[in-house]
Amino acid sequence: MKLKTFRGGVHPLYAKELTSHKSIREMKAPSILVVPLQQHIGAPTKAVVKPGDEVLMGQVIGETDQPVSAKVHSPVSGKVIAIEPRPHISGRSVLSVVIENDEQDRWVKLDTHFDPIQLSREEILAKIFEAGIVGMGGAAFPTSVKLKPPGQAKIDFLIINGSECEPYLTADHRMMIESPDDVILGAKLLAKAVGASKIIIGVEDNKLDAIKVLEEKKGSDAISIVALDTKYPQGGEKQLIKALTGREVPSHGLPFQVGVIVHNIGTAIATVEATRDGRPLIGRVVTVTGSGVSEPDNLYVRIGTPIKDVIEACGGFNGEPGKVIIGGPMMGLAQFDLDAPIMKATGGVLVFTQDETVQYDPMPCIKCSRCVDVCPAYLLPLRLEKYGMYDLWDEAADYGAMDCIECGCCTYICPSKRHLLHWIRLAKNEIVSAQRRQNS
Amino acid sequence: MNGTIISLISLGALGFVFSVGLAVAAKKLAVEGDPRVDQINEALPGANCGACGFAGCRNFAESVAGGQAQPNGCPVGGAAVAKKIAEILGVETGEVPSRKVAQVLCKGGHAEATQRAEYNGPKDCRIANVTQGGDKGCTYGCLGFGTCVAACPFGAMEMNENGLPVVFEDKCTGCNKCVEACPRDIIILAGEEYGVHIRCRSLAKGKEVRSVCQVGCIACRRCEKECPTGAITVENNLAEINYDKCIVCRKCVKVCPTNTIEEQEGKPIIKPKVAIKA
Repeated sequence: MKLKTFRGGVHPLYAKELTSHKSIREMKAPSILVVPLQQHIGAPTKAVVKPGDEVLMGQVIGETDQPVSAKVHSPVSGKVIAIEPRPHISGRSVLSVVIENDEQDRWVKLDTHFDPIQLSREEILAKIFEAGIVGMGGAAFPTSVKLKPPGQAKIDFLIINGSECEPYLTADHRMMIESPDDVILGAKLLAKAVGASKIIIGVEDNKLDAIKVLEEKKGSDAISIVALDTKYPQGGEKQLIKALTGREVPSHGLPFQVGVIVHNIGTAIATVEATRDGRPLIGRVVTVTGSGVSEPDNLYVRIGTPIKDVIEACGGFNGEPGKVIIGGPMMGLAQFDLDAPIMKATGGVLVFTQDETVQYDPMPCIKCSRCVDVCPAYLLPLRLEKYGMYDLWDEAADYGAMDCIECGCCTYICPSKRHLLHWIRLAKNEIVSAQRRQNS
Repeated sequence: MNGTIISLISLGALGFVFSVGLAVAAKKLAVEGDPRVDQINEALPGANCGACGFAGCRNFAESVAGGQAQPNGCPVGGAAVAKKIAEILGVETGEVPSRKVAQVLCKGGHAEATQRAEYNGPKDCRIANVTQGGDKGCTYGCLGFGTCVAACPFGAMEMNENGLPVVFEDKCTGCNKCVEACPRDIIILAGEEYGVHIRCRSLAKGKEVRSVCQVGCIACRRCEKECPTGAITVENNLAEINYDKCIVCRKCVKVCPTNTIEEQEGKPIIKPKVAIKA
């Protein structure tokens, strides 16, 4: 049988065998944690604690009254020692709450619920908002906002994204194998919150063990587990919707316009923790991998743990590191400061050795059109690159630059090693700022 | 032989008929244009830089002739061009603002500022800025890939060996292109008579500035105290000059401990533009 997929995409070296067999291990919380007040898309939160305050595990430290934002909680119990700008994985300093861990893990009072599926839609949404849950696949869009699509949009499909198409990462894979009940329950809760009748869990066919476990546990015909072709970017929201439902999200559109909402495996499990156990989002599973790490592993890490402590927990560097990347190798962010902390949407810490980070100078474009063949958004990357290079923003917008999902397939496949995505991203930035200028 | 002659005659005849037709059409259907537009266009520098706010020199000339723009509207041409245009139109020049030139407000090149990473993306400041904020230790300083130099239509900028752009003030026309190109808003336009500039844009605290750059402003406020006209104010950890009050006395240059404030040769003391309160 032909597996479901989308048009385009690439087959990078997956290297998931480094960690795919290793069960999730809880990492001991470090003595000092740095919790950024902005870990999501949208407005930053405001600190509601002061230096010197005692905080409990799960206590709200970042409060918000903005429509698009997510609360921030203390990942440990201890004392706030500073609120100041600290290094952030984005390369800039972000206002963060620095907490000294008292190593006692004293929880705030938790509002547990034996059977969360009995909760009403509003109650589920309120609990998700209180727990500060954001999309844990990487984009970090506040989940409570995503579950309330504007207008009268009718959502009939809830898709749970278990494709984990980024090479090296295995966090979602391990979560599916180790807590399949929570994945299924989380999917049901999310479907109830958004009013969707059908649930599809899409998993790439390089995780057959996960498909088998979920198939055994699903217990309802409303849920289907679908195997997908192993191809990057299968986990891209629009690509996943196309592969699983055949619907195409319109240009400049969002998934709710075609009646679909996509959530990540991690988000589903966090939803269960928020509703059943009343626990806010204070930790997540992170894959620490790459040949630059001594013992690659899947760790449950508290939010706010500095990257260097996470690498230390995996035996430290294996030789001289060449590059440390937060996220996967395709879309991750290279880091220069290992004091930056793990955040709600950080799925991986990837360390490459120096041999693996060879750089090539770009050569002239030979118009082989491989970038066009692999582009999952049906764009012409070579054309957009040129428009970016010559400041032709209007032309770039006409050629659909804003539909680029920044997956990096074009740059990956280019035989001339051209920096296609860099220039397209620049064009996107300039188009957005031009629109902003026009509107103001 | 016969064929050659026939084709020569027929083509010649066709050519003659068409040329007569075109000559008649040129006279009969000619559109009466404003001759002043051509004259004004001649007087303009002709770089089509757009600094006047119109789409090129011709468009500006049409607007001046049509009364939508003032004769002194071309910042590149300055007083000389304004005078010519005023003569063509037979009107007063109006007050010609002093010529503005670009000033680069960062002194931290390779020698003075630290690098925090190795950047190997495209050599473009705007891209480096959105890629994790670039490789420079200072997140406010010049990234040094010369996007401003590439944007300059007059060849008035150059990258020096230290990785900083240099402005040739005699060639600079104040067209604002480099100001728009810089993703870190380091370049400003200032009147050419001002010879003292605070070359730093860092809003970081003094200690952080010191850790990444030897010549950054540490907001010690000595210049603010020294300034006789109150032109310098320190806000958000950064000293800034209000050029309208500056008299180019150079007292701030002498007290600046980090050499952030720089004076330029050959620019004498001037009167302030606005009244200074005693």
